[in-house]
Amino acid sequence: MNIEYVFFLLIFPGLLFTGILGLTVGWVDRKVSARFQFRVGPPFLQNFNDFFKLLGKETIIVKEGVHSLFIAAPFIAFAVIVLISTMIGVALFFNKGFGGDLFVIMYLLMVYSVMIILGGSSTGNVYSSIGAAREMKLLLADELAFIFVCMVPVVKADYQLSLEQILNWQSIEGAFIGSVSGVIAFIVGILCIQAKMTLPPFHIPEAETELVEGPFMEYSGPPLAFWKLNHFMLYVVLPFLLVLLFLGGFNLHGLGILWAVLKYFLIVVVMIIIKNTNPRIRIDTALNFFWKYAALLGFIALILAVLGV
Amino acid sequence: MNKNTIPVGPFHPLLEEAEYFNLVVDGETVVDIDIDIGWMHRGHEFISEQKTFTQSIYLVERICGICSTSHPLACVHAIEDVDNTEIPLRARYIRTLIGELERIHSHLLWLGLAGHFIGYDTLWMWSWKYREPVLQMFELISGNRNHYNMLRVGGVSRDVDPEKIPGLTDVLDMLDKKLIMIAKAANDDPVLRSRLKGVGVLTHKDALDYCAVGPTSRASGVPADVRKSEDIDAYSLVDFDVIVLENGDVYDKLIVRVLEMLESTKICRQCLEKLKKVKGPILNNVKNISAGEGIGRYEAPRGEVFHYVRTDGTNRPIRHKVRAPSYVNIPTYAASCVGLPIADVLITTASVDPCYCCTERSLKVVNKNKQPYQIDLLKLSREKTERIRRETYGG
Repeated sequence: MNIEYVFFLLIFPGLLFTGILGLTVGWVDRKVSARFQFRVGPPFLQNFNDFFKLLGKETIIVKEGVHSLFIAAPFIAFAVIVLISTMIGVALFFNKGFGGDLFVIMYLLMVYSVMIILGGSSTGNVYSSIGAAREMKLLLADELAFIFVCMVPVVKADYQLSLEQILNWQSIEGAFIGSVSGVIAFIVGILCIQAKMTLPPFHIPEAETELVEGPFMEYSGPPLAFWKLNHFMLYVVLPFLLVLLFLGGFNLHGLGILWAVLKYFLIVVVMIIIKNTNPRIRIDTALNFFWKYAALLGFIALILAVLGV
Repeated sequence: MNKNTIPVGPFHPLLEEAEYFNLVVDGETVVDIDIDIGWMHRGHEFISEQKTFTQSIYLVERICGICSTSHPLACVHAIEDVDNTEIPLRARYIRTLIGELERIHSHLLWLGLAGHFIGYDTLWMWSWKYREPVLQMFELISGNRNHYNMLRVGGVSRDVDPEKIPGLTDVLDMLDKKLIMIAKAANDDPVLRSRLKGVGVLTHKDALDYCAVGPTSRASGVPADVRKSEDIDAYSLVDFDVIVLENGDVYDKLIVRVLEMLESTKICRQCLEKLKKVKGPILNNVKNISAGEGIGRYEAPRGEVFHYVRTDGTNRPIRHKVRAPSYVNIPTYAASCVGLPIADVLITTASVDPCYCCTERSLKVVNKNKQPYQIDLLKLSREKTERIRRETYGG
């Protein structure tokens, strides 16, 4: 086993980097949302404090339900996110492969949602099971559009699936956002990652005022801490994926660093704006929206990409 | 089909009060709703019968923290109704001003909460931001932000300083602009429209059948408004419209409330204008109340609030009955909620602006030998806790 791979997985760009950057960007999100709403917002270390405080709390296990699944779900999800972040990060920062292509990432992102469903439905709680059912519907809703979005760069990069090949293609031919199909797919992609992160207007499974955090309702202590960490790490993973697929990756030389930060924060800020200007929609509206409009747009983008536009 | 029951309450983040509905769901669709109130123990009517008239006005102000001037207004109307007490004109304008300002702040509070219920926290924070100047107006007028202590039998307790009137008018102008902005935002936002339009429809017939009051009925095309139909305070002397919309869905209830706030600023402006000119006393000194009975009505922000007072010539009521608007509005859930998905049911329940602390009355059971009071309730509650503990853990 190569020691370099352990470094990739555990320190940079894997667990440690993604975790710290995720919690930091989570703070940016909370702070900017607070300023949107004329509030003060939390101090910088709030997310870190929350995480470590939850680690020290008691884990309450519900009598009914499948205990092993209940405990395993957040940690499997965590492992999945670390793996995705490493694969995307290694491609972005080192322009190498980490043993997986775009299909693996799409598959692993789906596994993350499946873990939420399993964790939520293993408690025997009625709110959790409804939350899990909604998560399932949301996954079905956004997955189709997301697949179309991911296919566009593949088609444009001459049907290559590996992340570093897609990046190399963009560094030669220019970022895919420069084309019509790229723009459409990028916009649909932002909506898809909003749904994948269950941020407003797609926070349907959690729905605090209806389902009391839905699938996560019965979680406490370290498992809850890891669910929260997973959520914040998605703030890194999903925008990085869009940067990789459409914005031509990061060029970390000279002014390129500034561009890299700008690209990343462009996506994060768009996500925060969407989050703060929309009410929660119903699950049937979400299904309707993704299948009727987003998937259609994604399909059009795919056709345009095939035609070379 | 597999049917589940979702308990909303007794403690649920939907409302900060103890409410309890059992939603019988089939998948995501609610097929039946079981409304169960009685989770709060008040006892205001009982306490009010131990107090003098002036004290009971302070007491009923504490029935509700939001519409805290509607209950005392209805209460003084009831007490004044016993002897047909004359109210000075200036006091009538001040009462109207306070009542309408309260409507603005209560509707803004509801608007914010409605935003929160549908996961739109920005709307929540924004409308509460604009509620703040209204509370400051109250502080300027009465010295208090929430419980104003303005009312007396026969008038009001504090006068409005004429020097403060221009400042108050400025705040009203600012509010007008912001309210129009909110109304436009609600009207233009396609997501908000799709979320609220056609949801939780209370038909005209159902509104009549369930005797719905306030904005709940006015959104369904029933023009029920005590301010117009009764000669109370200065409402017959000011110019305003009763907002009536036809569809009866949550969206119309929102729009009714926003438009009502605009009407309220109109009334407030007229009252302030009159207060510059109308001079005179603010309190008609009432020495004693003769034996008899009286009813008092007022259009609270949530609908008609009704107080009944019976007196025997002493200085305290021998019977005081309160009926809050939510008491008749809450049962309309049975008509408007069934058949909707869970997400819609919860905003529909919130759309009547239910106030459980207004609605709930403690039940007093009288034995032959003794009256169960605080101690006995405590004993009963301990026994029940012990029983549940035994059942759950054994031993």
